[in-house]
Amino acid sequence: MNGRIALRHVSKVYGADPRTALLLLAQGADKQRVQAETGQHVGLYDVSLSIPAGGIYAIMGLSGSGKSTLVRHINRLVEPSAGQVLIDGEDVLGFGAARLRELRRRRISMVFQHFGLLPHRSVLDNVAFGRRVRGESRRQAQEAARGWLARVGLSGHEHDYPDQLSGGMRQRVGLARALASDTDILLMDEPFSALDPLLRDDLQTQLLALQAELGKTIVFITHDVEEAFRLGQRIALLRDGRLVQEGEPEAVRQAPVDDYVARFLARVNGGSVPRSTGSARG
Amino acid sequence: MAFFATFDLREPINRAVETLVERHGDRLHALNDLLLQGLLLPLERVLRQAPPWLVLLAVLLLAWRATGRWRVAATLTVACYLIGCFGLWDALMQTLALVLVATALAVLLGLPLGIAIAHSRRLRAVVLPVLDVMQTLPTFVYLIPAVMLFGLGKVPAILATVVYAICPLVRLTDLGLRQVDPEVQEAARSFGTTRWQLLLGVQLPLAWPSILAGVNQTVMMALAMVVVASMIGARGLGEEVLAGIQTLDVGRGLQAGLAIVLLAVVIDRVTQGFGRGRRPDGEPGARP
Ligand SMILES: Nc1ncnc2c1ncn2[C@@H]1O[C@H](COP(=O)(O)OP(=O)(O)OP(=O)(O)O)[C@@H](O)[C@H]1O
Ligand SMILES: [Mg+2]
Repeated sequence: MNGRIALRHVSKVYGADPRTALLLLAQGADKQRVQAETGQHVGLYDVSLSIPAGGIYAIMGLSGSGKSTLVRHINRLVEPSAGQVLIDGEDVLGFGAARLRELRRRRISMVFQHFGLLPHRSVLDNVAFGRRVRGESRRQAQEAARGWLARVGLSGHEHDYPDQLSGGMRQRVGLARALASDTDILLMDEPFSALDPLLRDDLQTQLLALQAELGKTIVFITHDVEEAFRLGQRIALLRDGRLVQEGEPEAVRQAPVDDYVARFLARVNGGSVPRSTGSARG
Repeated sequence: MAFFATFDLREPINRAVETLVERHGDRLHALNDLLLQGLLLPLERVLRQAPPWLVLLAVLLLAWRATGRWRVAATLTVACYLIGCFGLWDALMQTLALVLVATALAVLLGLPLGIAIAHSRRLRAVVLPVLDVMQTLPTFVYLIPAVMLFGLGKVPAILATVVYAICPLVRLTDLGLRQVDPEVQEAARSFGTTRWQLLLGVQLPLAWPSILAGVNQTVMMALAMVVVASMIGARGLGEEVLAGIQTLDVGRGLQAGLAIVLLAVVIDRVTQGFGRGRRPDGEPGARP
């Protein structure tokens, strides 16, 4: 099956000499050994997956397992050390600067784990940013931005600055900014991790509604299993940069491939497990 | 047998400068004229011919705009008025013109250089040591090559000043740009910014406080250097100090010295006020 987005044998080593690290990895070394022997960090190793169009694809894993690294390959904020990244069948790595910009301007937008808002611009200008970048007039961009701010419940805050908002409000600005670009692929890197449980619940509901309405392809990163199961039509599990399991939530729940996955899933299997509140990190 | 081998740099240097002047004399001359006729003299003329009350009013408004406090602005204006009371208004305007031109040139050259080294590790490895040397050289040493190439006068004084004063601006521009939050830059790039959009819309605005701190230091160093440069023909307050020393007129020298301190305080407050900057307006940073 070839999906909307496909990663083929993607590896990423952060360091000066990825080839040595890749050789070690190919010989079966793990992330820790590579780090001990070469001083380089393994972000991802040999990850292949295919993300179907129009749905939420959840990617889970512990801190440092490579989730952010993976999602950044899709819009090429991170260059892989090896492998291919395909979007609608096209190899993104073959794109020149101009085509890559077009891809980021019109087809993929992203919500960041730590918001990544522009501190020197008002909320309205932050949300209008994507449209301004691609050359729309200020008026036109702001009009669209106003609409999206209203959708995420931030009307009245147009002229505030990011540092005047709470964390939850900032994250919604980030969400509105990504949505305002009207791209049909949306990358979300732990967008709700920093929020309190009630607000998270609220935004999850909103996101599901939005997805149903707009039919976007959403790649959703989380380290919260419950969140992944609630949102994902498919889920993938990363561990130390490797893909351990991938599939429909029900299938993964029925047949975890190993102990790691089983323990990861323990929370949702019980059914009556309390909402995880301890997982919200800075 | 002498213990020291003879190794004399004087002759080769002299010859090199001579050939430089011989070969490029015309160009040096043209540059000299351009700076003098095109920049310095007109500015000096405007400042010296403007009625002092107008200049003082301009100082008042500028200081108010910068600091946002009327009391401070009024105090700074009084300081300038005091220099006039010393009978040094004309000298003050001459010095101001020199400092402004030198600062403008330093910004014109230093800002792009700072941007360039922030983006190129290799260039930074070359430029930073040169800046180190430039900063450790005694200020007098700058005067020598300037005089050799341009003779005595205001232009060599300005050029020596620019070379001396450009260092902090380059450094702080580089530092400011490299300290811009990588996550913010990454987020901007994820929307498909060009290099220029990123630079103008994100990197420079966020590095602005640091860059303005650099401008502040550059102005202060330019002021210090302009005084030294009076030895090679810069007119103004420095000349008064020099004259005070040469004629053993302690009162004259110290009074001019005090005027320089007052000017320094005014310039420092004003540029720092702008550097502290209130929130910038949501400028349209995204340009195609
Ligand atoms: N810029 C970088 N330079 C060096 N190593 C990096 C860099 N970014 C990530 N890494 C390494 O890559 C690995 C995966 O990091 P990544 O940020 O993708 O994890 P993550 O799953 O998103 O974690 P978290 O849940 O904490 O956000 C980590 O071991 C990290 O140390
Ligand atoms: Mg992450």
